[in-house]
Amino acid sequence: MSNIFEYAPAPESRAIVDIKPSYGLFIDGEFVDGTGKAFKTINPATEEVLAEVAEASDADVDAAVKAARRAYTRVWSRMSGAERAKYLYRIARIIQERGRELAVLESIDNGKPIKESRDVDIPVVAAHFFYYAGWADKLEHSGYGSTPLGVAGQIIPWNFPLLMLAWKIAPALACGNTVVLKPAETTPLTALLFAEICQQADLPPGVVNIVTGAGETGRAIVSHPDVDKVAFTGSTDVGKAIARAVAGTDKKVTLELGGKAANIVFDDAPLDQAIEGIVNGIFFNQGHVCCAGSRLLVQESVADEVMERLKRRMATLRVGDPLDKNTDVGAINSAEQLAKIRELSDIGEAEGAERWSAPCELPSNGYWFAPTVFTGVSQAHRIAREEIFGPVLSVLTFRTPSEAIEKANNTPFGLSAGVWTDKGSRILSMANRLRAGVVWANTFNKFDPTSPFGGYKESGYGREGGRHGLEGYLKGEDS
Amino acid sequence: MYDDIVRSDSSLRRFLHGLPGVDQVGCEARAAGLGTRSIKTTAKAYAIDLAIRMVDLTTLEGADTHGKVKALASKAKRPDPADPSCPATAAVCVYPDMVATAKQTLGDSGVHVAAVATAFPSGRAAMDIKLADTRDAVEAGADEIDMVIDRGAFLSGRYLDVYDEIVQVKEACGDAHLKVIFETGELQTYDNVRRASWLAMMAGGHFIKTSTGKVQPAATLPVTLIMLEAVRDFRDQTGQMVGVKPAGGIKTTKDAIKYLVMVNEIAGPDWLDPDWFRFGASTLLNDLLMQRTKMTTGRYSGPDYFTLD
Repeated sequence: MSNIFEYAPAPESRAIVDIKPSYGLFIDGEFVDGTGKAFKTINPATEEVLAEVAEASDADVDAAVKAARRAYTRVWSRMSGAERAKYLYRIARIIQERGRELAVLESIDNGKPIKESRDVDIPVVAAHFFYYAGWADKLEHSGYGSTPLGVAGQIIPWNFPLLMLAWKIAPALACGNTVVLKPAETTPLTALLFAEICQQADLPPGVVNIVTGAGETGRAIVSHPDVDKVAFTGSTDVGKAIARAVAGTDKKVTLELGGKAANIVFDDAPLDQAIEGIVNGIFFNQGHVCCAGSRLLVQESVADEVMERLKRRMATLRVGDPLDKNTDVGAINSAEQLAKIRELSDIGEAEGAERWSAPCELPSNGYWFAPTVFTGVSQAHRIAREEIFGPVLSVLTFRTPSEAIEKANNTPFGLSAGVWTDKGSRILSMANRLRAGVVWANTFNKFDPTSPFGGYKESGYGREGGRHGLEGYLKGEDS
Repeated sequence: MYDDIVRSDSSLRRFLHGLPGVDQVGCEARAAGLGTRSIKTTAKAYAIDLAIRMVDLTTLEGADTHGKVKALASKAKRPDPADPSCPATAAVCVYPDMVATAKQTLGDSGVHVAAVATAFPSGRAAMDIKLADTRDAVEAGADEIDMVIDRGAFLSGRYLDVYDEIVQVKEACGDAHLKVIFETGELQTYDNVRRASWLAMMAGGHFIKTSTGKVQPAATLPVTLIMLEAVRDFRDQTGQMVGVKPAGGIKTTKDAIKYLVMVNEIAGPDWLDPDWFRFGASTLLNDLLMQRTKMTTGRYSGPDYFTLD
């Protein structure tokens, strides 16, 4: 008998999901045909067309904002917090009940492995609604008053489609706002299924409106005069454009943008767990994570050992069918993103960094990129400065804690950071000196609705999650 | 190559305490993550047969009799009388006074006899008694000796005493293979498990084993994870392979498969062999047989279709 333990395919069934051939927009509690043209959403693992989705025109966005305004003035802002909470709890429970369906659909449309959509995305989505449901009748204790802003225009990215929706919608609704939300053009399907869940929960029409589309639709939301608040998660370039567009208006804005997080490994770190943290930091969700630990800063005295262990571990990552329960790394979300990852990786090589990819067989159809690590990277390399947003790790070394801090902070971003050491006092001193919104100690990529999340510098402003996440949706104590 | 390290208590302590620490939360998360692997169809059939071949079928009761041991040994040779394609277990594991009986029944079947020795399970006896216990089992024909370490000495930091004991017991074993039991439920921390693993490997143990089965918790996935990392790292440094044996509390096929996934992905496929990985278990075998029958016939049958022992 051979010693090869080949895992047989263990696919999660698609039967639970019912994808319609075409989808309209969700406005005022109903699905309506858009007046713009349709676009296609595809399965990035197979390039199969999943559905046609309506692109919302300016007129469609206007209709959605009007519906949101009506629902705000007539129903939602007048409703007691306790009543609003009932709807949010109901939505949270339906998300749990339909969790498998949501997870499978998310993996099909996004390309992320089912083990992540099932064990991370969907449970955290439900937790977010449960958490903010709890705040709805306690806003006077929030420190930010209890007066909502009005209509919130929300634009979310494709990396965590439903989770980003939850981060946006749950606090907005809990505070008494109504929303017009645009999912990313490559991943609209779970947002549209969420619209169905709003119907199932009997949420009053117009409280949640979902308009699909690309950049133009987003622009229409941001520039609509009757939108009181803009919340955006996505690239720094678009974030800057939004900030310019709302300058001079009285719209409130929160932006959650890119990152180039340093994951710092000291020589006294629990090494085996640090390896897991490095892998989780950059290969979780194919590295499509704004807070990904894309720069590994490792102390020189353990650098060789860490690299040896890291490569051995990377060789065990299972890349492939996102619906297979044993898949660790799924498909890159789009051809465009794949091209960007390839381009930056080639630049990394051209600039003199040493490239190593895990030996794995990639499927012939779909968009794939093998987990990759660059060593010999310096601060001057583009792969150490620019967000790649893919499964590509840049490794730099340091000699002293001060050097680690200097290198970690030497970036236009400041969303997250990680520190690995057995020494508690060092964790605290590092956390104080790192200019990053989230600092993880001896772990990475941990998300919880009770914990605020957001960035420094070009990583954006405003916080989402926790009590702090209410601030972006309330007028403040004085009003 | 470890002569300098085992020269004194303090040099040994410096080495063991210089091993990278274990982050408890991270270690448990990794073990739980591997536990979500979904092993189906052909992979499951492979895993079940491999697990059966890795079982040290165990009876360690005050109430053990020669009759009971004979019955157990027969079962080890032919776990499923209805299906000759079912493999035998790796060994039977008994107290030293039962070794001759087990040996007689097993004959030249290839199934080994393992004996627990050194004042199992507490290890609280004088050294010459522990050695006599070991020699007695080897003389009666034991192929493998499962010794317990002196947890009192380990916890009070007398690492060299623990080391010397293992070295002496190994000498008393002669040709028999030595498994070193840590009783991880008493060592408590993962850092201690890692240190005990290196101590036992440096002292020449052929196998490192989690538990006696008499103390709770016995084998757990995270403890076994730490031990698999230790044998992997030890081979990287010395080229020598050491086996791992979780014992106690592994009762279902599902559990056993989680362990095999961990062996595969942590230590590597070289350890997927009864020479390098064992399960110390009794009730596990029948669940493996039941699942094996389900795989071949497509139907579940009741416990009455499998022999008690």
